[in-house]
Amino acid sequence: MKIAVLSGKGGTGKTFISVNMAAAKGKARYIDCDVEEPNGYLFFKPQEVFSREVTVKIPIVDESMCDGCRICIDFCKFNALALIGNKIRVFEEICHSCGGCLLVCPQKAIREKEKVIGRVEQGLSEGVQVVTGILNIGEASGVPIIDYISNIQWDPMELTFIDCPPGSECIVMESIKDADYCILVAEPTLFGVHNLNMVCELVNLFNKPYGVVINKYLDDQNPAEEFCFEKGIDIIGRIPFDKELGAMNSEGFIVARESDKYRQIFLNLINNVVQGVHHEAAINSQR
Amino acid sequence: MKIAIPVNDKSMDKGVCPSFGRAPYFLVYDTETKKGDFIDNGAASSQGGAGIKAAQLIVDNGADALITPRCGENAASVIKTGQVRIYRSIEGSIQENIYALQDGRLSVLDEIQAGFHNHGGR
Ligand code: SF4
Ligand code: SF4
Repeated sequence: MKIAVLSGKGGTGKTFISVNMAAAKGKARYIDCDVEEPNGYLFFKPQEVFSREVTVKIPIVDESMCDGCRICIDFCKFNALALIGNKIRVFEEICHSCGGCLLVCPQKAIREKEKVIGRVEQGLSEGVQVVTGILNIGEASGVPIIDYISNIQWDPMELTFIDCPPGSECIVMESIKDADYCILVAEPTLFGVHNLNMVCELVNLFNKPYGVVINKYLDDQNPAEEFCFEKGIDIIGRIPFDKELGAMNSEGFIVARESDKYRQIFLNLINNVVQGVHHEAAINSQR
Repeated sequence: MKIAIPVNDKSMDKGVCPSFGRAPYFLVYDTETKKGDFIDNGAASSQGGAGIKAAQLIVDNGADALITPRCGENAASVIKTGQVRIYRSIEGSIQENIYALQDGRLSVLDEIQAGFHNHGGR
């Protein structure tokens, strides 16, 4: 079963929750898809790390064959090409490697070369297999890295946790497309509600079962909780606001490995998710 | 000399548009004939790389100078390779900016903004 953990913005505790769920489970896979700023490995400190490079194809133009017709420039919807002083210039960081310019060039003046845009690392942390996607700074899109990860033939694993990039852009869609369940992490504030609403719309598009975890939960006013009640969204967990927990986490400890009390919180969360998935499956089979 | 300026309105009395790549129009003003043309910026609505496309438009229109409040890295590289000098705009109307350039009162734009590459994934 694959569980994607996402949130509308960074810093809500997405990594905290996915890391600790994987650690609480003991034997699991944790995939960090937040390729611009992966930080789950900082908690897991994986051993025996093995790395593979991810490349994309970038066009190069043979000047002797190019007649400056500009068909490629007009075609490229990312505006990654320009013609200056009779030479085509390729802006490699803007190019999305769609391969289109190559096809439309009437002179066949365009070829492709491989360019490294990042890497995928994998290692072990106790029973957890830690997979980290890393995008090099300045690159246009991390989508090829996520694609690369989902095309790897992974050994079967009971539970896989996907730490998604923040926001609701297409890289997030790419990260959740294989997921069986989505966990939306929200802060109890009004701003948290705005972000939550954004990701709800996204997972609804995909028709995935999902539930909300409210992080830094306080007993008093709680707009995120009210929002879920109004919309009829499952709240599958509330992580209490706890100074000790916050301190341990910010020092890079995995709290679920440090104390049984915390481990239990995340095991409960896993249980709720598994029930949610089965419930959904039951409903679908009745339809 | 031909001067290009990003503008919001087709009027010489209005100010310079704060954005380069996403300006709706460019004024291309010829100091010899004292005539100006407002051209549509096709790049304004593009998803990404608007600066590059807008820069291409400036180069293609044979401008010798560009007056703009800011300019991204990639756009600047197109513009500079196209032998166009980039000047920093001042407060005031487009007309005042043109006079200022002719009087040598505009400074060269030297800080170029790094692009917002992370928005490329859409
Ligand atoms: S491969 Fe696609 S994105 Fe890259 S330059 Fe060619 S048309 Fe543009
Ligand atoms: S389409 Fe081919 S021939 Fe035309 S400008 Fe582009 S590279 Fe040159």
